[in-house]
Amino acid sequence: MKVSLEWLRQYVAVNQPPSEIASRLTLAGHEVGEMQAIGGSWEGIVIGQITEVNPHPNADRLRLVTVDLRTDRQTVVCGAPNLHVGDKVPFASVGAQLIDGHSGELVRLKMAKIRGVASSGMVCSEKELGISDSHEGIMVLPAEAPLGTPLADYLGDVVFDVEVTPNRPDCLSVIGIAREVAALTGESLAVPEASYEETGLPIDQQISVEIADPDLCPRYCATLITGVKLAESPRWMQRRLLACGQRPINNIVDITNYVMLEYGQPLHAFDYNLLRGKRIIVRRAAEGEVFVTLDGVERMLSGNMLVIADAERAVALAGVMGGANSEVTEETTAILLEAANFNPGSIHYTGRSLGLASEANARFERGIRPELTLPAVRQATRLIAELGGGEVARGLVDVYPGKHEHEPILLPTEKVRRVLGVEFSLDQIVGALTSLGFECKTSASASELWVTVPYWRSDVHQAVDLVEEVARIIGYDQIPSTLLGEPLPRQNPEPILKLKQELTGSLVGGGFEEVITYSLTSREMLLKLLPEPHALEPAPVRLVNPMTVEQGCLRSNLRVNLMTVLEVNRRHEQGAIRLFEQGKVYLPRTEGLPEEREMLCGLLIGARQEKSWRGGEEAVDFFAAKGVVEGLLGRLGVAASFEPGQDESLHPSRQAALGIEGNRLGVVGELHPKVLKAFDFDEPVYLFEIDLGALLPFTVGHRMFQPIPRFPPIVRDIALIVDAAVTHLQVQDIVKSFPLVTEVDIFDVYAGEQVPGGKKSLAYRITYQSVTQTLTDEQVNPVQQKILDKLSRELGATLRA
Amino acid sequence: MQEQLEEIRLKALGELDRINDVPELESWRVRNLGKKSGLTRILRSLASLSLDERRAVGARANEVKSSLEDSLEQRRQAFHEVQLAEFVEREAIDITLPGRSFPLGHLHSITQTLREIIDIFVSMGFQVVEGPDVEWDYYNFEALNIPEEHPARDNMATLWVDSPASKGMVPLLRTHTTSVSARVIETMKPPIRVIEPGRVYRYEATDVTHTPMFHQIDALAVDKGITMADLKGTLYEFARRFFGADRRVRFRCDYFPFVEPGVEMAIECLVCGGSGCRLCANSGWIEILGAGMTHPQVLERGGIDPEVYGSFALGIGIERLPMLRYGIDDIRLFFNNDLRFLRQF
Repeated sequence: MKVSLEWLRQYVAVNQPPSEIASRLTLAGHEVGEMQAIGGSWEGIVIGQITEVNPHPNADRLRLVTVDLRTDRQTVVCGAPNLHVGDKVPFASVGAQLIDGHSGELVRLKMAKIRGVASSGMVCSEKELGISDSHEGIMVLPAEAPLGTPLADYLGDVVFDVEVTPNRPDCLSVIGIAREVAALTGESLAVPEASYEETGLPIDQQISVEIADPDLCPRYCATLITGVKLAESPRWMQRRLLACGQRPINNIVDITNYVMLEYGQPLHAFDYNLLRGKRIIVRRAAEGEVFVTLDGVERMLSGNMLVIADAERAVALAGVMGGANSEVTEETTAILLEAANFNPGSIHYTGRSLGLASEANARFERGIRPELTLPAVRQATRLIAELGGGEVARGLVDVYPGKHEHEPILLPTEKVRRVLGVEFSLDQIVGALTSLGFECKTSASASELWVTVPYWRSDVHQAVDLVEEVARIIGYDQIPSTLLGEPLPRQNPEPILKLKQELTGSLVGGGFEEVITYSLTSREMLLKLLPEPHALEPAPVRLVNPMTVEQGCLRSNLRVNLMTVLEVNRRHEQGAIRLFEQGKVYLPRTEGLPEEREMLCGLLIGARQEKSWRGGEEAVDFFAAKGVVEGLLGRLGVAASFEPGQDESLHPSRQAALGIEGNRLGVVGELHPKVLKAFDFDEPVYLFEIDLGALLPFTVGHRMFQPIPRFPPIVRDIALIVDAAVTHLQVQDIVKSFPLVTEVDIFDVYAGEQVPGGKKSLAYRITYQSVTQTLTDEQVNPVQQKILDKLSRELGATLRA
Repeated sequence: MQEQLEEIRLKALGELDRINDVPELESWRVRNLGKKSGLTRILRSLASLSLDERRAVGARANEVKSSLEDSLEQRRQAFHEVQLAEFVEREAIDITLPGRSFPLGHLHSITQTLREIIDIFVSMGFQVVEGPDVEWDYYNFEALNIPEEHPARDNMATLWVDSPASKGMVPLLRTHTTSVSARVIETMKPPIRVIEPGRVYRYEATDVTHTPMFHQIDALAVDKGITMADLKGTLYEFARRFFGADRRVRFRCDYFPFVEPGVEMAIECLVCGGSGCRLCANSGWIEILGAGMTHPQVLERGGIDPEVYGSFALGIGIERLPMLRYGIDDIRLFFNNDLRFLRQF
């Protein structure tokens, strides 16, 4: 809401600098964004009076204007058509800053010679002064404008751009802001009641008003003015409208806008002669009813919208926009002036459904009070009678089915202390509330107040609302600051929070970069993860109203967005990249909210060990990814198994499913060649994915301390020749099954010239150790022989020569 | 005999001086101190001397022996020093070559900011609670005094989720983490101090200041006797620790449907320090968070008696904080995940 200081001053004395007013309003809940100074650049521009207008000797369209500046007299060259002796006009001396009528830029006025005549100064148009876009003629000031006075003193203004919160529609008005200023500065507010003469026929003989749907229209007021003449509104009104961001149109429309800005009550003017049957019916629109609003757009209405209708058809979309069929035009001579109150939800719905946002529905949808209709319609009627001529019908339509009394609110002064944590005196509390128009009655005990809410406040319903009023008028800076005391609530943190932190911490320590991608993705992206196209399983959770196709559904896995991040980074990043994301995936459920599963996903690409001055590079492979998972789980004390996996996005023979006690924990593997291609990779990418919810139960168990061995181990290396199909795990399981064996480490895998075809060599280091004694070769040798025998028997293993 | 000893001593020392390497030291030792050396011969022949002579010559011979041994040891040490110096010289490396790679990654700057804020609140007795991203409209709106057609919904354009409704509730992507507070009020018993980090979503076109997803942290405290002074103290403490003790803080009235009274906290502009600049739109202040005393109806709806318990709530937008701290001018950078961006934090 833009508010002119000049207009505010009509209702409240302002003795503080504008910046101080802005600051107080801001602290009290009405944030003042920009402050625009009208006339701030008018240095060197004063009020002059035209004393002579003579022809230019060398140009037909130019004239020589002599202007009296009280202490001086200047003759300048001017081309404006509206130069009349006696008019008061703004006069700019050389050096003054004006807006160039053509370029729109601020320029400094220079001495000029126009067609051979020297001109030292200028009489100005409104556009040149930055007041409006009007550039057809010189701005003519009222006759009472004081001669020789700086224009800024006479016309200068400051416009506050106030951000009004949705709960305060009363502050979408000059009077509303003036009331706040008064309360915040200790001044008083003066709003005179509008009065005018009613001389026409009684209104109820000329119009009847019926509210068919009182739930959507609690009150409907109207006046009737006949013999009206459409014209421009006066300059002072235009200036105020312009300052508040409204473009002047004609006196009638301007008056409805002006009063809306002044009182916060939207009004609508109908051309009375276009209303058929001299009836107004406020009713719900018929489903599918078609209506042409005054912007000429045909609109399809629904049964939740309210219309103002005459005897035959809708004539306005209630509270949102008037109709083309009853609009005020040049021919209009009689006005039915409406000030009504409408249901906020209905107005919001209508405006939102039709994409119509207006000053009127902005006020109605925030819930203004029905009491406001009467003073506003009176003020507008007065202005129309005064400025548009015409005769006001006697009486006033006031259909008020929604009338109800507002009970006073009980405010125990103790409540103020309990909410704010500071004791304010009864006088302070009453003073703050009274300044805003609340009426306070002390109860017998003097520790309680009965507070009556003023009619314009729709946001105050209970004691805490009053507490806020007290706090913001006295000032939030008067509230002390304390820290929360005892008791400290019992802490029961979710164990998964710690798991998430540990895993992300480990990964970052291991050189992984954390990324955060949108929870949203598209079906198309998810399909890129499938080597063979088929329906997505599970089907991703879709959005009803996606912003874009690319964000049409919720991600059902982390890898989809992570692959995109990797792909994009690969374009500029050559070496090794390791990324991970920890976050939720969203899976459909037939009832209840979708499942949200906490996952961890990582990707590896490029060298495991980058080429450096120390040596060559070592390529990343499946075992690098597996190693990451082993490291993460090992640190958590979780011993998971790796078994051949069946994740279709992964390379069929280079992937493992991660499991523990029959539970699936995740996967590790190389991306499927087709998926790599779909994401534009020409090198392998390795992935690991862990379901944190599934992992969690295995991380929280009790762990027992293992004593540190006191006796030295005996270490033996063996190299075995086995069939190529024999796995490391088979060998390891056999070796580990023997007593005294504490560790089995594979340190070489070889297949090639040195071993027969179809065979491979596996080299192990076996550690024997006892917790009770120092072992001797005599104790270890028979065990090792038994191991070799069993390996030979069960796996056909032979010792490599 | 004495003269002989002196002659042996001088000759040996003379030879020792001229020795240049370690093997020669050994042959010098054999020659001068070995079994067949003149000195050993003299010591062996002592038995044949008179008692007096034996005492004098013996003492002198032993003196010469230990003197030669000391000199040998000194000489040997000197050789070692030289050898060590040569050895160290050969071991020289170019310490300006880069170190071997010890790759450390980075937590995303949003994660870092979340953790920093969580740590501050945890130290004040708050506990982390998380809620679902896909939320019932009830917890996101109605429970928080934002019924249908409330103008406050216009500022929280909603992404609706195509998933089954339940008991008249419709799923959406939460527009704020305050939805978690609505759940906490329903499920936990006072005293409550919780902090609720998470992702939130808006139906908004993406540009330098908007993304369809961003992060928030809400906090909620419920207990007997909690006042707005406690809220102010908690916020000041947060601001002091997050922005530093010397940054001024402003506390002004603002409106959020689920609190009354409502508060907005701003800090002195990080760029201009309060004098006004482009970043703060000439106001000198940067809005940081919204807060207030939890609305009695919100507590009541969740089964907490507002006449017995006081409560405050606050909500912080996360992305803005690292943007201010590091001068990041485009919120999309957080979600583009360009490594050249991620590695800076």
